[in-house]
Amino acid sequence: MDASVPSRHIALTVNGRPVDALIEPRELLLDFLRDRLGLIGAKRSCDVQVCGACTVLLDGQAVSACCTLAYEARGRQVTTIEGLGADGRLHPLQEAFAEHAAVQCGFCTPGMILTAATLLQEVSSPTAAQVAAHLRGTLCRCTGYWKIIEAVVDAGRRGQEAGA
Amino acid sequence: MLRPFEVHEPSTVAEASRLLGHHGEDAAVYAGGTELIPVMRDGLASYRHLVNLKAVPALDRITGEGDMVRVGALATHRTIERSPVVGARAPVLAQVAAGVANLRVRNVGTLGGNLCFAEPHSDPAVLLIAQNASILLARDGGERRVNAEAFFEGILRTVRRHDEILVWVDVPALPPHSGAAYARFALHERPTAGVAVAVTLDGGAVSSVRIAVGSVGPMPARVPEAEEALVGCGTDARALRQAAARTGQTVEVLGDLYGSEDYKRHIVTVLAAKALDQAVARAARPTGPEH
Repeated sequence: MDASVPSRHIALTVNGRPVDALIEPRELLLDFLRDRLGLIGAKRSCDVQVCGACTVLLDGQAVSACCTLAYEARGRQVTTIEGLGADGRLHPLQEAFAEHAAVQCGFCTPGMILTAATLLQEVSSPTAAQVAAHLRGTLCRCTGYWKIIEAVVDAGRRGQEAGA
Repeated sequence: MLRPFEVHEPSTVAEASRLLGHHGEDAAVYAGGTELIPVMRDGLASYRHLVNLKAVPALDRITGEGDMVRVGALATHRTIERSPVVGARAPVLAQVAAGVANLRVRNVGTLGGNLCFAEPHSDPAVLLIAQNASILLARDGGERRVNAEAFFEGILRTVRRHDEILVWVDVPALPPHSGAAYARFALHERPTAGVAVAVTLDGGAVSSVRIAVGSVGPMPARVPEAEEALVGCGTDARALRQAAARTGQTVEVLGDLYGSEDYKRHIVTVLAAKALDQAVARAARPTGPEH
């Protein structure tokens, strides 16, 4: 640590809980979540914002935590895969991924589900084409895309039926 | 890990400019950070001071001024993609924004940052040059307007001085009987090649045309030889194919990991034909000025 650069106190909300921390401005959000808070759902993979394995939501928007400063999360809401479900229950997308076996190695799954969740916020029951377009740039190297798309479409359809 | 730095939070463009002037080469503008943070983390650049433009209010605003659209430098690609103002006045710009990288980059990356970083493999500048956009650069105590085509100087280089801030980009309305289009080819996150066209028709002939090419050379640029040869021609398939071929032949191309020089010239010719066809079809629509 360089003593000439003062650390900063930041307050943020992570998965609904308030968090206070002293950080250096250079600290990356991915390291902050994984190493300080023990939230290891977001994965370090390509490290250049190409793969989506480190995706978290910042005020509801998908970002690459590998290239985002933790400083950017001050005063904001961070959601990781650990915080997507509520009251000990899985999020409908998590249930759909399990039911459709939309998981092979699982490394991309947190990013896939969080990215899909931002689509369902905008389009309650998306088509397969809309899901594919939205997930473009979130990579699965097991190439399980069809199962993933089916799971998201199904979760949207069920959500709409439940809401109707 | 990134080397230590301080973040400054200016409340005005003038203050941001003063901070850059005061800290000199030790300072960098910090906007979306999608380019800056990775290069700092990988040790390709090192700054002790980041001047966070997100702290300056209203720099991300998008406004319609008559038929023109003014896009604030801090507007993200995602905001531009979904802006009704952009959709109505410069729909091809919305289409280009929607194609940038991926959702996460579009959520954070800004138009101003994209232009100032001047990575040659990029889309927005190509269309902005074809649509004759202009850029406002401001510093403490002065400002100047620069045409989009005069903004770029080379790979990662622009005419922006160290203490200047890109404030907004103006995209003028196309004249009546005009159309614009952008065609690109991308295998990776960044495009291999992109061609933008803005054409104006008079009767059945081309009265003016701007053709810009990006990603294949050191910077996005117009192709005057192809433009000049097309003016006065009809819009038949033969004339447009010739203009496309001339675009591919005369554009400045550098071979790199995205492809050899020959390959890129071929791709540019194909894309130019596509963009010309689309722009001419839009210009020929009977209902007044269309993009």
